[in-house]
Amino acid sequence: MAATKIHAIYTDDDLLMQAVKQTRAANYHISEVFTPFPVHGLDHAVGLAPTRIAITSFLYGLVGLSVAVAMMNFMMIHDWPQNIGGKPSFTYYQNMPAFIPIMFELTVFFAGHLMVITFYMRSKLWPFKKAENPDVRTTDDHFLMEVDADNHDVEKLTKFLYDTGASEISLIENEQDH
Amino acid sequence: MSSHYEAPIREPLVLGEKSYHDISVDVGAPVLGKANKSWWIVFTIALVAFLWGLGCIIYTISTGIGVWGLNKTIGWAWDITNFVWWVGIGHAGTLISAVLLLFRQKWRMAVNRSAEAMTIFAVVQAGLFPIIHMGRPWLAYWVLPIPNQFGSLWVNFNSPLLWDVFAISTYLSISLVFWWTGLLPDFAMIRDRTKSPFQKKIYGILSFGWSGRVKDWQRFEEVSLVLAGLATPLVLSVHTIVSFDFATSVVPGWHSTIFPPYFVAGAIFSGFAMVQTLLIIMRKVSNLENYITVLHIEYMNKVILLTGGIVTVAYITEYFIGWYSGIPYENYTYLSFGAATGPYWWAFWALITCNLIVPLSLWVKKLRRNIMWTFFVALVINIGMWFERFDIIVVDLSKDRLTSSWTMFQPTFVDIGTFMGTIGFFFVLFLLYARTFPVIAQAEVKTILKSSGESFKKLRAEHGDDASHVQTIEEYPADAGPSANVEGKHFKSVFDDSTEEDSEKNQVDFEQYRGKIDNLLSGIGTFDPAVHKQDDLKKISGVGPVMEQKLHQLGIFTFEQVSRMTDREYDLLDEIISEFPGRAKRDDWAGQALTLKNKN
Repeated sequence: MAATKIHAIYTDDDLLMQAVKQTRAANYHISEVFTPFPVHGLDHAVGLAPTRIAITSFLYGLVGLSVAVAMMNFMMIHDWPQNIGGKPSFTYYQNMPAFIPIMFELTVFFAGHLMVITFYMRSKLWPFKKAENPDVRTTDDHFLMEVDADNHDVEKLTKFLYDTGASEISLIENEQDH
Repeated sequence: MSSHYEAPIREPLVLGEKSYHDISVDVGAPVLGKANKSWWIVFTIALVAFLWGLGCIIYTISTGIGVWGLNKTIGWAWDITNFVWWVGIGHAGTLISAVLLLFRQKWRMAVNRSAEAMTIFAVVQAGLFPIIHMGRPWLAYWVLPIPNQFGSLWVNFNSPLLWDVFAISTYLSISLVFWWTGLLPDFAMIRDRTKSPFQKKIYGILSFGWSGRVKDWQRFEEVSLVLAGLATPLVLSVHTIVSFDFATSVVPGWHSTIFPPYFVAGAIFSGFAMVQTLLIIMRKVSNLENYITVLHIEYMNKVILLTGGIVTVAYITEYFIGWYSGIPYENYTYLSFGAATGPYWWAFWALITCNLIVPLSLWVKKLRRNIMWTFFVALVINIGMWFERFDIIVVDLSKDRLTSSWTMFQPTFVDIGTFMGTIGFFFVLFLLYARTFPVIAQAEVKTILKSSGESFKKLRAEHGDDASHVQTIEEYPADAGPSANVEGKHFKSVFDDSTEEDSEKNQVDFEQYRGKIDNLLSGIGTFDPAVHKQDDLKKISGVGPVMEQKLHQLGIFTFEQVSRMTDREYDLLDEIISEFPGRAKRDDWAGQALTLKNKN
């Protein structure tokens, strides 16, 4: 496990983007980047795979739709069919026009909430979770790039990071894994 | 870099010379500072109205719905009027945050947070009315499809009123998570900026431990986009379903097929009017004029013009169809000759004046950009849209098919008190929000700063579109101090009282003493402008402006740092600044600084 890391702080998003590209081109490994706002194209520059969270949302939506259909089919068609305002209740299909609003609402309800819960779980966000940004300024106007320093000459790496425009460079040892 | 290019013809959305840090400071200020007097006055008024409304609600529930002015003919009146009015107001927030996100409108970023807050608070008010109207609100859970003691008699899924239950609860809860997810980075900013341990703890909990990792941001943006995609049809469905409450009935004036699109347009129309009302006050009170600019107000006025136009066309259509159908009952609907000249003529003309005529003034660019006029028009529209719902409900019911049951509606003090109470409740929530929440989505505003900020636009105008946007780094104090001191602007004031030449002369030779300065700072601690506040070192007797300047150059800014000085630091200081050897020790700077520090 990587034990030695270097935290390089930048004061500008364009500078950070440039530094990320240079660092990756020089075959150093960027283990994390903390930014105060979404920097356009940074995920791509760091080499992250695209997120699949939208796909989960679609699947959750299908679940919601199925729940709505199953629920109303059971309640209105099978368990207790009623003649309400002459609307046909013999089959689900015949009564369906009246069920469309709730089919839609439940699709959205499941797709939205379950996706957000998935996001919170995957990104480890919940009440009483301790923040893990190493420097408080990274939620304000500073950008922090964490580079693995194992198997690298720290002096050389520091010099390299300095040349990429880092305004602050610190060596972090024995960082706990999380 | 050209990626920040935006057509120069577009007006800037962030005014003034703002840096990313300035945005954090400006957005955090209302939360980190103290409430002013006007806030307390408005809050007290709102709270009194809320408590009055609460009393009326308790009276209604304990006595029965008979305390309202309802009668046999008019069985729905202010309660449903208020319900539809509040739901409608909510729509603007979702429109701004969802629809404008899909359209990539940058101006939404300064207003979406407050608009969404308004949505949630308005939907809370709306939800109160059906629950109170149930008469026995403790049985409100009966609207849920749960097994029950009546042989499992299920709720009626054919009924628009049940669709409402699902639509409103989905809308409220989806709006809430959309809002909260967007709030996480901003809560994190407050958490990391506040000095109070209590606030740090609270905002630490609220921010869910947001750290701003690149992967988190990637998911955050995707989640926002998908939620916007879901919320857009959702918001259209909600008011569509609300309009079904009327459109699926057989009451003349209600069973109208144009209700769904017309209600949605009306909802956005009234919602934007309420956003204008709130934001015009808030930008002033919270000093956010640089973020919520006249341009934002003009954009919102254009949306009001568009939706107001749709509503106007719908009114004219209703009026025409009522006449063209030739059905006598249609001559008593809320948009008909009968209504215009009948006993509710004042309600009819209030609707026409407020929603049709007054908003037309916004076609004039001067008026559209006039803040006072906008505020006035917004208030008028709020009133007009309330009358629209009142007219649809009460005027249509007042003259039904049976002439003998024609009657008028007379509200009681409970009707009025409950409505006023919800307005009070709404403002209580909004005022609390304005003091405790980051009212501008600062993380998002930071993403558009370089493309739409005034100073960056100026930079491009002067130096060409390829000018570098990397903030100029003034290395200061050389590279001896902590690099947090880099940004030139934090220290501008230091040199205010001395000319360029003076400061040249007073320069401490950093290279020569570099090791010693580091040694000195390691003993007394470094200064970080992000978390520390600079003290006026001149208060220490023996420190004049020149000495203070030198101390600043060394990276000493606070009493705390000076108070930690011991003999070792005094000696180091004497070696670096050789002009007054022994002075610091003789005057006991550390002791003085300790007293001053404790006084602060």
